[in-house]
Amino acid sequence: MSTASAARPPKRKQRSKEIGRDAGRAEVARKCLYYMALMREVEDRIERKLYRQGKIVGGVYVGRGQEAIPVGTALHALPEDVLLPSHRDMAVWFIRGIPPRRVFAQYMGRVDGFTRGRDGNMHMGDMNAGIVSIISALAATVPVAAGIAMALRYQGKNGVAFSYFGDGATSRGDWHEGVNLASVQKLPVVFVCNNNQYAYSTPLHAQMACANIADRGPAYGMPAEIVDGNDVLAVHEATARAVEHARSGQGPYMLECKTFRMTGHSAHDGADYVPAGLFEEWARRDPIPRLEEKMLAEGWADRDALDKLHAGIRHEIDEAVAWAEKSLYPDPATLLDGVYETE
Amino acid sequence: MPTTYLEAIREGLWEEMERDANVFLLGEDIGVYGGAFKVTAGFHEHFGERRVVDTPISEAAIVGAAIGAGLMGLRPVAEMQFADFISCGFDQIVNFAAKCRYRWNAAVPIVVRAPSGGGIHGGPFHSQNPEMWFVRTPGLKVVCPATAYDAKGLIKSSIRDNDPVIFFEHKGLYRRIKEELPAEEYTVPLGKAKVVREGRDLTIVAYGAMVWTSLEAADKLAAEGASVEVIDLRTLLPLDRETVCESVKKTSKVLLVHEDTRTGGLAGELAASINETVFEYLDGPILRVTAPDTPVPYSPPLEEAFLPNVQKVVEKARELLRY
Repeated sequence: MSTASAARPPKRKQRSKEIGRDAGRAEVARKCLYYMALMREVEDRIERKLYRQGKIVGGVYVGRGQEAIPVGTALHALPEDVLLPSHRDMAVWFIRGIPPRRVFAQYMGRVDGFTRGRDGNMHMGDMNAGIVSIISALAATVPVAAGIAMALRYQGKNGVAFSYFGDGATSRGDWHEGVNLASVQKLPVVFVCNNNQYAYSTPLHAQMACANIADRGPAYGMPAEIVDGNDVLAVHEATARAVEHARSGQGPYMLECKTFRMTGHSAHDGADYVPAGLFEEWARRDPIPRLEEKMLAEGWADRDALDKLHAGIRHEIDEAVAWAEKSLYPDPATLLDGVYETE
Repeated sequence: MPTTYLEAIREGLWEEMERDANVFLLGEDIGVYGGAFKVTAGFHEHFGERRVVDTPISEAAIVGAAIGAGLMGLRPVAEMQFADFISCGFDQIVNFAAKCRYRWNAAVPIVVRAPSGGGIHGGPFHSQNPEMWFVRTPGLKVVCPATAYDAKGLIKSSIRDNDPVIFFEHKGLYRRIKEELPAEEYTVPLGKAKVVREGRDLTIVAYGAMVWTSLEAADKLAAEGASVEVIDLRTLLPLDRETVCESVKKTSKVLLVHEDTRTGGLAGELAASINETVFEYLDGPILRVTAPDTPVPYSPPLEEAFLPNVQKVVEKARELLRY
């Protein structure tokens, strides 16, 4: 404990400080709710409307029920930080200031998507926003995150790389290689695992013999913490510790956010292999109503304010979808463009 | 003083590191130890561990980290200790690095150096020529220098290039060949083949160590009265089909030579291009001399039988010249 915080301030001051802290927590909660609800609504629109209407022709993978993880973590990212979100971390994009309309254009294969129709769904990146695109073999971004962190240090920046992956990715060799390299080099990486307990149809116990993803941390000399991945404020708090550790030069830090995938692997997967009752059980821990209850109980918001927030998001998304639907399909004449840099 | 092929690569790396603070090296045993072939000997002492990074034995992480650093605007040069181990970093190269620009317009200006080739009794895992795994991956560039001059000029261009480059260094050439290099700075452009010997009767197209084999064969054939042109491709991707086709227009006969195995080797692609472009000029079949479709064997008589050599090239050329 530092001497400053150990010093006891006068009582009155402490009270106003607590009120200030409470206002700060209310503000964090409001931001968390906004981004979680925005991600939920955008993905619902994608999976339950645009995909079913045939306006999205390729794969659709959503993070329903897991929104607390990208939100609670990415809210700590500074402008110089770089994030490598998985396909279930869409909120990262919105937190980095990317408007939903461009995400819709991406999913619909339009020129205003981040890949100009060359790739679909969450396979998108934008270095201007500090976001690296995943590839389908998801663990592949883990060593790339190590390289990003290496570059941040090389360039004398105080940035951190946020490396996101699911439980299944930790079965991959490049996951282990990347985590090991980050640990050996003491690189500023925050590893964020969304342990949603299923890798496509394969349950966790068929992926690994240890009880927790976090158990893998000590093998690399890396602190690893288990977090309730459906409690956005818990994720937010844990991320503060992880980021502080990484940013202060102590090396990587892993958060295992335990959650549940509230869908199939993708929109075409009915998830019949999930034992009866699990969806219902986890629905009761849905991070969005859970945060709303907390906000109401703490007096950080009233029901009316929450309803307004949701209505605002729906309106925002209606406009975004309309904009994206007006975006053009790419011209087949551009097929060959951009394989290499052109002079 | 003549400079070896190895020393030329070393000079190219050194000069680029002096020129551009964004260039750094990473790989296995490249720092304190100076690399398995000593290409980077002395770099660690001079440039320090920040710019010469010894990594764990993790090819996927080496390439992946290079990609990450490249996305951040650095110019990493990753060393595969042997080209044979590049398969461990394959996904990072072909799925990540190669597709970033096309997918999301992100530049990955990395170089992956890969000592390849046989003739050193390295056996199945220290002798391979895996260039074609990458030549058929759009988004990559693939470089295979044959001379010290080109090795230096091409490594410099590869480092300056804004796309991912796989740079194959033929191990058999490292200390075998040497030449006087210009004192002043120079680069050699990627994607340009070179006519290294002019001739009228037959064109031999080769790259890497096979350029020397082909030149020797051309000498022998000259003694028999045949005028043989030899083309060194230098870069396999992008492939300089024009230089090859122009030569075929002149000689009407073409022999394609590579140390790589036969099926799916570059000769097949070149033959198709020649056929599509200059078929009317041909005065004989397009023939090839390649390694057979086997792993690279260890024991000297087997390896000798495996590798293309001067005799095999001469015999095939004579067969073609009879048309």
